[in-house]
Amino acid sequence: MAPRTLFDKIWDQHVVRELADGVALLAIDRVFLHERTGSVALKGLAAAGRPVLDPARVFCTMDHIVDTFPGRGDATRMPGGEAFILETRAAARAAGIRVFDVRDPQQGIVHVISPELGLALPGATIVCPDSHTCTQGALGALAWGIGSTEAEHALATGTLRVKRPRRLRISVEGRLAPGVTAKDLALFILARHGVAGGDGFVVEYAGSAVRALDMEARMTLCNMATEFSAMTGLIAPDEVTFDYLRGRPYAPQGVAFDAAVAAWRDLAGDADAVFDREIRIDAAEVPPMVTWGTSPQHAVGIDSAVPAAGSSGAAPEAHARALSYMGIEAGQALASLPITAAFIGSCTNSRLSDLRRAAAILRGRRVAPGVRAICVPGSMSVKRAAEAEGLDKVFTDAGFEWRESGCSMCFFAGGESFGPRERVVSSTNRNFESRQGPETRTHIASPETVAASALAGHIADPRRVARPEAA
Amino acid sequence: MEPLREITAVAAPLLRDNVDTDAIIPSREMKTVSKTGLADGLFAGWRYTAIGGREPDPSFVLNQADFSGARILLGGANFGCGSSREHAVWALHEYGIRAVIAPSFAPIFAANCIRNGLSPVRLPADAVAALAAHVAVDPRSRPITVDMLRCEVRAAAVDGAAALRFPFTFDAESRDMLLEGLDAIDLTLKHRADIEAFLIRDRSARPWIHLGRHNPDRST
Ligand code: SF4
Repeated sequence: MAPRTLFDKIWDQHVVRELADGVALLAIDRVFLHERTGSVALKGLAAAGRPVLDPARVFCTMDHIVDTFPGRGDATRMPGGEAFILETRAAARAAGIRVFDVRDPQQGIVHVISPELGLALPGATIVCPDSHTCTQGALGALAWGIGSTEAEHALATGTLRVKRPRRLRISVEGRLAPGVTAKDLALFILARHGVAGGDGFVVEYAGSAVRALDMEARMTLCNMATEFSAMTGLIAPDEVTFDYLRGRPYAPQGVAFDAAVAAWRDLAGDADAVFDREIRIDAAEVPPMVTWGTSPQHAVGIDSAVPAAGSSGAAPEAHARALSYMGIEAGQALASLPITAAFIGSCTNSRLSDLRRAAAILRGRRVAPGVRAICVPGSMSVKRAAEAEGLDKVFTDAGFEWRESGCSMCFFAGGESFGPRERVVSSTNRNFESRQGPETRTHIASPETVAASALAGHIADPRRVARPEAA
Repeated sequence: MEPLREITAVAAPLLRDNVDTDAIIPSREMKTVSKTGLADGLFAGWRYTAIGGREPDPSFVLNQADFSGARILLGGANFGCGSSREHAVWALHEYGIRAVIAPSFAPIFAANCIRNGLSPVRLPADAVAALAAHVAVDPRSRPITVDMLRCEVRAAAVDGAAALRFPFTFDAESRDMLLEGLDAIDLTLKHRADIEAFLIRDRSARPWIHLGRHNPDRST
C-alpha cells in the first residue's frame, strides 16, 4: 500500500462506499449537538419522521445560549433563549440522546467536554453543527463542523457524503519562546498565510514544537483551523494523547483501553507519506500575538504598531473599514491601547491549564480601574478543578467575575454584551464586527495577554509582568 | 428541494472579502428554533440604521431600488466564513437569493448552500469584478445568468457592452443535487445495506467507538 498520512488512514477506515467524483460516504462515529444549531436539526429530523440511527453515539449540550451567571436555570438573558433550551431538551430526550443539561455536573462547551469525557478519540470521525468542532482534531480525530441539514443526515444515516480534501502539513520546528503559547502560534499562522490559507485542505499540525504541546494547548491550536478556512485540523496521537485519555469516563477502560491504544499507535502518518502542500514555521519566530482588526488574520506581534494599509495584506477598503470599526489608526502602538473589558473563556482557551496560566499572572494583583473582567470556565469540570486549586479566589480577588461554564460572551447571542465601542481583550477566536456585541471592539490574544492587559488597563505584553515568585 | 438549473436575475455586488455568517444573519436575529422567518434578519447589522431596528439604511446595496428583487449576489473572497450556522443560507434563500458568485467560499457555508438549493459559484476575483462593473451601469437592464447545466455565468451584450461568459467548475455530486433538487438523506438511505455491513465490520475492528459494553449512560 502507498504510504499514507494520518488523515488518509482515518478516511480509508471510514469509507462505507465510494460515490462519484472524489466523494465518499463516510461513517460518522460521534455527533454532537447544542441548543443553538442542534435544536433545529433534531426538529427537522422529527418533522421528516426520520429516527436517529444510533442515539448512543449522539450527545447534546447546552452551551451557547444558556446563561453563565451563578445560580442559573433555564431562563436566559437572551430574549427567547429559554425556548431553545426547552425545545432542545425535549427533542433530544425524545430521540434518546444523552444531554449534558444546564444543571449537569458535566455540562460545558461542546468542544471542551467532548475530549474531557473521552468522547473524542483518536481515529474517530466527529461532527457537530458548529465550526469549532476542529478543536477535537487535537486528539488525532477527524472532527469538523457542518450545517444543521448535514447534521440531520449524520443523525439519520450514521454517515456523511464528503468530498475528499487535499492534505496540508504545517510543520512547526524548534521551541516556542517562553510566554508564547499555542494561541499565539495559531494567530501567527493566520497572519502569515491568511484566513483563506487552508481552503480545500485538511491540516495536519506536526513538528517538534507541536509534539511538545500538552493536550490542551493542542486543542487551542486545532481550534482555529476553521479560521484558516480548512475543513479541519488534526495532530497525530502519541503518548501525550493516550495519557490524557486514560481513565476518562467514555474512553475504553482497562484491557479495552490497551487494545485501543495499540490500534491508535498505527494511525500516525507513514514517514514517507506525501502532502499536497507543506508549510514550515520556525517556532522561535513566533511572538505573543494580538489582533488589531476585524479578521483573525489581522494579527501582529504584541510589540508592533497597527499596520498601515498595504502592509497588512488586506485590501485598502477592508483595511480602512477595519481601522474605523476598531477606532484605531495605523502606526499606533498596540501595547498601549486602553481597554475597558477583558474576557477569558471560549472553546479556544478556557481549560484548566489556560486558567492556571492566567491566574499565575493575576495572583495578588488587581484589575485596572474601569476594566470589566470576566472568566468563564469551559466546563463545569474545569470550574470544579480550578476551584479545588483556589484559582477562583485568584480571579475574584483580582476583580474578575467567576462564571458558570458556557460560551458566554465569546459571541453575542442577543442578551449580554460588552457594549458599543467597548474595547475587549479576549481569549476567544473571532474578532468579526459585532461578534461580542453590537459595535464591540475585540482584540484576540492568549489568556496570559488578556490577564496582563486587564491588570494594566491597556493591551500589555504578558512577558513584561514580573511574576511574584521571580520578584 | 426545488431544482436549480438556470437563473437569470438582477445581481447585487457585496464585494468585500470575508463576509462572515454573523454578518449574513446576526445571532440575535435567530429568534426561534426554526429554518424560516429569517429573511428580515438578513444582513441586519448592515441593512438597518439601528441594531435591532427595521429602518432601512439607504447606503446598503439591497436597500437600493436598482437592486430590489436581486436573486444573485456577487461576493468577495472567503464568503460565508465564521460560524457554521445554516441560518445564513436559510436567510439568503428566503430573501430570494439563489446564487452567490465569489472567488472562494468557507467550506461549511458552501456545503450548506448545496443542501438548500442555492449555488455557490466560484469565479476568479477579476471575473467577479468584471461582472460587477457590467452590472453597475444599470443593474435592472443588465441581469446575470447562472447556468448550472453548462456551468457558466453569462451576461448578454447590451448597449454596446460586449457579452460576458465565464465558465466555472463544480463538483459533480453537488451539481447533481442542485440540478435535480435531490435530498441527500434519501440518496444515502439507498445504501443502507452498505452502512449496516460497515457497522458489523467496525464493531469488531473498533469496539471502543460503539459504546455498547462500556457506556456510562447505559450501564446499570
Ligand atoms: S465558545 Fe465561542 S467559538 Fe466556541 S463553540 Fe462557543 S460560541 Fe463557538
